[in-house]
Amino acid sequence: MASVVRSSHATGSELKKKSLIPYFLLAPGLIWLALFFIAPIITLVGTATKTPGAGIGEFVQTYRWANYWDAITGSAGQFGRSFLYATIATLLALAIAYPLAYGIAFKSGKYKNILLVLVVAPFFCSFILRTIAWKQILGQNGPVFRLLLDLHLATPMTHLTASAPAVIIGLAYNFLPFMTLPLYGSLERIDPRVLEASGDLYANAFTTFRKVTVPLSMPGVVAGTLLTFIPAAGDYVNAEILGNPSTKMIGNVINAQFLNTQDYPLAASLSFILMIIISLLVMVYIRKAGTEELV
Amino acid sequence: MKSLTRWFSRNLIRVYMVVGFTYLFIPVAYTFAFSFNDYVKSNLVWRGFTWNNWKQPCGVLDVCPALGNSIKIGLLATFIATILGTLIAFALGRYAFKGRAVTNTLIFLPMASPELVLGASLLTIFLNLGMNLGFWTIVIAHVMFCISFVVVTVKARIASLDPRLEQAAMDLYADERETFRRVTFPLVAPGISGAALLAFSLSFDDFIITNFNSGTTITFPLYVYTHAERGLPAQANVIGSAMFFLALLIVVAGQIVSKKVKVGK
Repeated sequence: MASVVRSSHATGSELKKKSLIPYFLLAPGLIWLALFFIAPIITLVGTATKTPGAGIGEFVQTYRWANYWDAITGSAGQFGRSFLYATIATLLALAIAYPLAYGIAFKSGKYKNILLVLVVAPFFCSFILRTIAWKQILGQNGPVFRLLLDLHLATPMTHLTASAPAVIIGLAYNFLPFMTLPLYGSLERIDPRVLEASGDLYANAFTTFRKVTVPLSMPGVVAGTLLTFIPAAGDYVNAEILGNPSTKMIGNVINAQFLNTQDYPLAASLSFILMIIISLLVMVYIRKAGTEELV
Repeated sequence: MKSLTRWFSRNLIRVYMVVGFTYLFIPVAYTFAFSFNDYVKSNLVWRGFTWNNWKQPCGVLDVCPALGNSIKIGLLATFIATILGTLIAFALGRYAFKGRAVTNTLIFLPMASPELVLGASLLTIFLNLGMNLGFWTIVIAHVMFCISFVVVTVKARIASLDPRLEQAAMDLYADERETFRRVTFPLVAPGISGAALLAFSLSFDDFIITNFNSGTTITFPLYVYTHAERGLPAQANVIGSAMFFLALLIVVAGQIVSKKVKVGK
């Protein structure tokens, strides 16, 4: 995953040509993706324009494209909130992960590999367990809240959990490894001689960082922010565990429509709209950042 | 005071790293600490230290079968996704062919789609096909989202290989098959095992996609989520902590072994 950055030398000149072998290698995996990724998305689009039929829980295809409009207008607030929370969480994760990745790449010597493993290690302690842990750490009985009470920074009536900041902290936390690894990947590739050259040309440490390190790490910044923003925008677990009814994100709506209300057309159109908005944002962002190949 | 500020500015990055890692590990430490809690009903308030939860990790209903399902699904999905993904990675890393751009896009798209959309769209197709949701639909879903991560990881490893090593093997009269078997594959193998570990961790920890396609099958994350409201038993903390330390152990052991192999050569 550390490599979700540009790998331009993969398209070198020594690639073998004119052979059927690559197609045999590709076939099994791509067929799997066609059946269980492409076909489902097409089915989803089809489901979105259905309307309720005669029986209960039955839907018939009537190509009612207005379903999409109803979905957008009905959940505009949750859409807006999702993208707002995801943006703040992504910036927060970037602010935490950049120095972390920088330190691992340049300042950790022989401990580099161990520190890299430690970045991914929390994944193995279930993410739901860790989100619940945050709820209890920030909760009324938790250590943070009691400390704030003792310092008279909080009253027993205030809440740290069940709030928008708690949801955002949870989102930033959950996807931190996805931010750190691509950043590390691009920082680690920087030739130290380039940094020395900058110093030789009388740039101070800060100027070197701003004018050399940051631009060279841009592929990592782009990959990391995308890998954080996309899952954060579609998440509902953090809003469910750390939020309250007024912090509901679009994920909560889609999840409830699919699994509780079972209004499949509405849920499908909401999912499809979410996917389209994210794709558009990603395309604009990649174009602005000037990174063409991500994989 | 002056020396303190100087020390601080010199070690700013290190201080920052400590803060970053602390943030990463606070919930893990909390989960671990509360696995020793002598809890009654819900594991919310500290009531005293006990070894009982670690002695009886299966002491509450459903938790161990859920863990078993997660491990079985994780191993199966990892096995299939690693094979399919590695084949694609070799095609992309070693061959020029028509449809390369389309393939790259197809690999990138699942990573760029919110899990919710992946899970929901799979559910609609399973419902339309009248398939029974359960163990196998979860495996199918997990393989689907793991493939891309395997491709990306293995492809990066292939791209970082020094092409001169393979040329040297050819110069020494190894044919294409032998070069692959004795030079290319061993060099790519660490990338493949890294990809497999990543795939397992993604599968083992997945909640959103699984929740859509699980039917009545319970995995460990589903167990934790559904029991969170009524009060989670400390056994869940035991299993979460144990998996965390097990993973660390496997990775560290892998590092030591690969270092020994390198020295041995």
